Amino acid sequence: MSATPVKLDAEGFLVDGGQWTREVAEALAGEERVSLTPTHWKVIDFVREEYAQQHASPGLRRISLGSGVGMKDLYALFPRTPGKSAARIAGVPKPKSCL
Amino acid sequence: MKSFVVLGAGTGGTTIANRMRRRLDDSWNVTVVDPDPIHLYQPALLFIPFGGRTDGAIAHHRARTLRRGIDWIQHEVEGVDPAARRVSLAGGMTLGYDLLVIATGARLRPDLTPGLPQAMARGEAYDFYTLPGAKGLARALDRFKGGRLVLNVVEMPIKCPVAPLEFLFLADDFLRRRGLREKTELVYATPLDAAFTRPVAAERLGHMLEDRGIRVETSFSTGEVDADHRTLRSYDEREVPYDLLVSIPTHGGASFLEGTPLGNELAFVPTDRATLQVKGAAGAFALGDATDVPASKAGSVAHFQAEVLEENLVRAVRGDEPLPLFDGHANCFVESGGGKAMMIDFNYDVEPLPGHLGPFPLLRESRINHLGKLAFRPVYWNALLPGRPLPLPHAVLERRDTA
Repeated sequence: MSATPVKLDAEGFLVDGGQWTREVAEALAGEERVSLTPTHWKVIDFVREEYAQQHASPGLRRISLGSGVGMKDLYALFPRTPGKSAARIAGVPKPKSCL
Repeated sequence: MKSFVVLGAGTGGTTIANRMRRRLDDSWNVTVVDPDPIHLYQPALLFIPFGGRTDGAIAHHRARTLRRGIDWIQHEVEGVDPAARRVSLAGGMTLGYDLLVIATGARLRPDLTPGLPQAMARGEAYDFYTLPGAKGLARALDRFKGGRLVLNVVEMPIKCPVAPLEFLFLADDFLRRRGLREKTELVYATPLDAAFTRPVAAERLGHMLEDRGIRVETSFSTGEVDADHRTLRSYDEREVPYDLLVSIPTHGGASFLEGTPLGNELAFVPTDRATLQVKGAAGAFALGDATDVPASKAGSVAHFQAEVLEENLVRAVRGDEPLPLFDGHANCFVESGGGKAMMIDFNYDVEPLPGHLGPFPLLRESRINHLGKLAFRPVYWNALLPGRPLPLPHAVLERRDTA
C-alpha cells in the first residue's frame, strides 16, 4: 500500500484525482466489498479514459456500451449504484446534472 | 467557390449559418441541410402539457429563420466522409465542403427501453420533448383524475437537464389548481443519485421537492417498462408502478453518425470541449446538442457556442489554429410553478451559485425570472437566431459577487 494518505470528500470520492493509482482503486473497491477482476478493470479503464477526454463522468448506458459489459452485469460487478461506484473507484467525480 | 456547410438547422445550426453568412465574403457558399421544414421553439414544449400555446408563435417555417444568401437543402444526411470532406445526402446527392459544422442535435430513443414504445402507443406514456408527445400529454393530463403520475429520466445526458424538475414543479401546481393534488402521488425516478446533484443547489433547493410532497426514486436505472402492469422496472429490479408515465427517453445523436468515427456510443459527435473542433476530422466543427462536450444540452449553450465558434471559423478561413474559447457557459430559467422561476448560470468550472444576473436573481424563485422566461421567445426568433446582439451575458461566464 502507498504510504501517502488520499483525501476523500464527504461521499468518499477522491478530492484530488491525481492521487489515483491502481492500488488506491483496490482500496476504494475494498471499502465497498468489491474485489476487482479484469472485467471490473475494463469498466474502470473506460470510465477513466472518458474522463480524461471530456472531464465528465459517463452515464451507465455509455459505460455499458463503451466497456462492452452488460447493464445487468454492471449491477453484479458494482452493487447498488454502479455508475457512482465505478466512478468512485476510477477516481473521477460522480455523474452529475447541472443542478 | 468555397463551401461552408452546416448540417442541421436547429438553434445552433441556424445561428452559426446566419452569423457566418455575414462574416464570409461572396467567394463562399453557405449551405444548410435540414429535412424538416419547421423550426420549433423547444422551450415552449414544457408548457404545452399544462395548456401552453401550440400556435405559430412557437413554430416558424425554416425559410423564415435563415438569412438571404444561405442555401437550404431539404434532405436527410446519410453520411460524412471527413477524409474526402464530403457529405452524402438521401437521394444520392453529395456536397463537398471546405468547412463543416455538425449541428444535428439530439433525438429521443424510446426504442432503447424495452416496453416504452408499447406504453406510448397505448396512450399511457408520453414524452414532452416532441410536439406530438407534449400535445398527447396535455390531453392525458386533462383527462387525469388522480393516481400515480411518474416522471422518469431513463439516462443522462438529456436536453435541458432542468426540464424534469420544471415539469414536476409545474405538474404539482397544475394538480393543485385542479383539486387533484391530494389524489395524486407524484414520483420522480432518476438515474442520478439525487434530484439535486451539486452541493450548493442541493443545500439551497433540496427542500423544493420535499415541500411539494414529490417522492424521489434515486439511482433508478430503467431496464424496462412493463406496459401490461403499468410498471417501471430498474436493472436492479426495483419497481415503480404508474397510472400515467411521463418518460424522458435515452437521447442519441443523428442516425447517420451511428457506428461511425464521428459518433460515440450514443452517436454524439466527439468534439473538443473548448475549440469545438470535431476530433479526427479536419475542417469540421460541432455545436449544440449534437456534441459530446460535457456542457448542458440547452439553447443557451448552443448560442454561447455559436458566438465562439464564429471566431474559430473565421480563424480557420484565415488558416489560423482555433482557440480554446468555449468555457461550458450555460444559463437557464428554471420554472418552479405558481408563476415563478429560478435562474442558473454556470460553466465547466463554476457551479451554479446564488447572486444576481442583471435583474434576475440566481438560484432563487422569483416572479421576474418567470416573466423573463416568457419574454425570451421573441428574443429567440428576432435576435438569437439571426445572430443579433442579445440582452444577455456573453459567451464566457463573467465573474460576479455571490452575495
